[in-house]
Amino acid sequence: MAFSLTEYAKGNVLAVQEYSILSWRGLANLFSQPRYFGDIVQQMDTIGVGSLPIVVLTGFFTGAVLALQSANSLARFGELSLTGQLVSMSMVRELGPVLTGLMVAGRNASGMASELGSMKVTEQIDAMRALGTDPTRKLVTPRLTATMFMLFFLTILSDLLGLTGGSVIASLLLRLDLNQYWTSAWQTLRYADVFMGLLKPVLFGYIIATIGCYYGLSAKGGTQGVGRATTQAVVASSVLILAVDLFVTRLLMVLMGPL
Amino acid sequence: MTEASHNSTEKTVVFENVCLRFDEQVVLDSLSFELEHGTTKVLLGVAGSGKTTILKLSLGLLRPDSGRIFVLGNEVSAMRETELFELRRRIGIVFQESALFDSQSVEDNVAFRLLEEKVAPEEIQRRVWEALRFVELEHTLKLFPSELSGGMRRRVAIARAIISNPEVLLYDSPTAGLDPVTSTTIVELLVKQRDVYKTSALLVTHRLQDAFTMATHYFNSEKNKMLPVPHGWDWDSKTTFLVLNEGKIVFEGDAAEIANSDNEYIKEYLTL
Repeated sequence: MAFSLTEYAKGNVLAVQEYSILSWRGLANLFSQPRYFGDIVQQMDTIGVGSLPIVVLTGFFTGAVLALQSANSLARFGELSLTGQLVSMSMVRELGPVLTGLMVAGRNASGMASELGSMKVTEQIDAMRALGTDPTRKLVTPRLTATMFMLFFLTILSDLLGLTGGSVIASLLLRLDLNQYWTSAWQTLRYADVFMGLLKPVLFGYIIATIGCYYGLSAKGGTQGVGRATTQAVVASSVLILAVDLFVTRLLMVLMGPL
Repeated sequence: MTEASHNSTEKTVVFENVCLRFDEQVVLDSLSFELEHGTTKVLLGVAGSGKTTILKLSLGLLRPDSGRIFVLGNEVSAMRETELFELRRRIGIVFQESALFDSQSVEDNVAFRLLEEKVAPEEIQRRVWEALRFVELEHTLKLFPSELSGGMRRRVAIARAIISNPEVLLYDSPTAGLDPVTSTTIVELLVKQRDVYKTSALLVTHRLQDAFTMATHYFNSEKNKMLPVPHGWDWDSKTTFLVLNEGKIVFEGDAAEIANSDNEYIKEYLTL
């Protein structure tokens, strides 16, 4: 078939429309019966508890390397004592949410896309519809709720582990006073910083779950199609997290004043 | 299991001038037919003639480009997806590849609809056992679909379809790819469902012998087995045939009519 620019454009517009409808319905289902609390808890366990090791490790090492790198620059200005502040601001406002989001995207957007994709190509999604159950309600909404909820807490944990990683470096390699490190890290944070750092994971959770489910539910073409859907879900959710991060940061800076 | 309640004045499934195409390919071309209550219509035709599509259209899983489809008095082709979920609970379907939920046990697969309807656990347990007893697989409760043979998976799919006493059943090639013995077991189940519970059904199949077995056998409840209809019996099997070719109906009638048809395509099809 000859390549048609119109068909290509139509296909993309249709994909955006379908994604928008799915994401809206995934959220709107929360406000009407039936709700699948059992599935939500199960997904919280898979997404939240299951992601703990990678989030803990990512947070710790990011904080540690951040302390190491920033100390190098700060030492030139004789401001090594600001290490705690820098690690704290960077982790809470930016690196904690973004890196946790990217890690969870790599682990769970792929998991959702492959699981739902396999169900799609083996007609299990059609079977569910045929049995009178809405797959968006039964499959998408629990994943969406669980990811938004758990990413929020995983980010808090990641921030804390990042600060801990920084403190280990500050104490062992930089010979800084731990009390000073933690006090400056704590005191530099304002409500606006914490608000920004905790709003982002909720948005990133929404992106991860909706993108993962969308690519899974639109998979076609057997196992190869499932593989393609999985890759696309990770790539799309990761890029979208970084793009949304930029816009949200700028928006919050405008709304809440220079931070 | 209780008999499904029917309104005799209402047709179970009605297709009115239904057209459907995928891209450039015409799948159904102004197709019209009716399925009476308590009867079985066997849909025959070569691969790609639109048989499975008819089942998916009946459930509202696909939408026609034009024409109207009525199932149990509801115009499926004009209903929204959210409205269709309620109607679909009155219809059972057996997919060609069974489409069992592979991460759930046989018990949970069969109980799926009842769990969704929040039926009491004791009631679910009883009805799951009853449905699995019907397909003679009550010993597989705790197994997973991957641990079953192809024929067993089809039988579990039948149990899942009949557990809520549907008013109409849709079978998509339930015997495809199975050995003759397993195929006969499954055809016997379909005959049992037709004769004991009087459920209306659309049966898609490639196997002519299954279709003729459906038309020439009855279920004897006393002996609990399918038997051939003896000569001289005034027996209406309530089974008719519908042959499709390139999205159009080329034949509609009973077993005797199809066997004696003068239509060249039908003759060729029967000798394939």
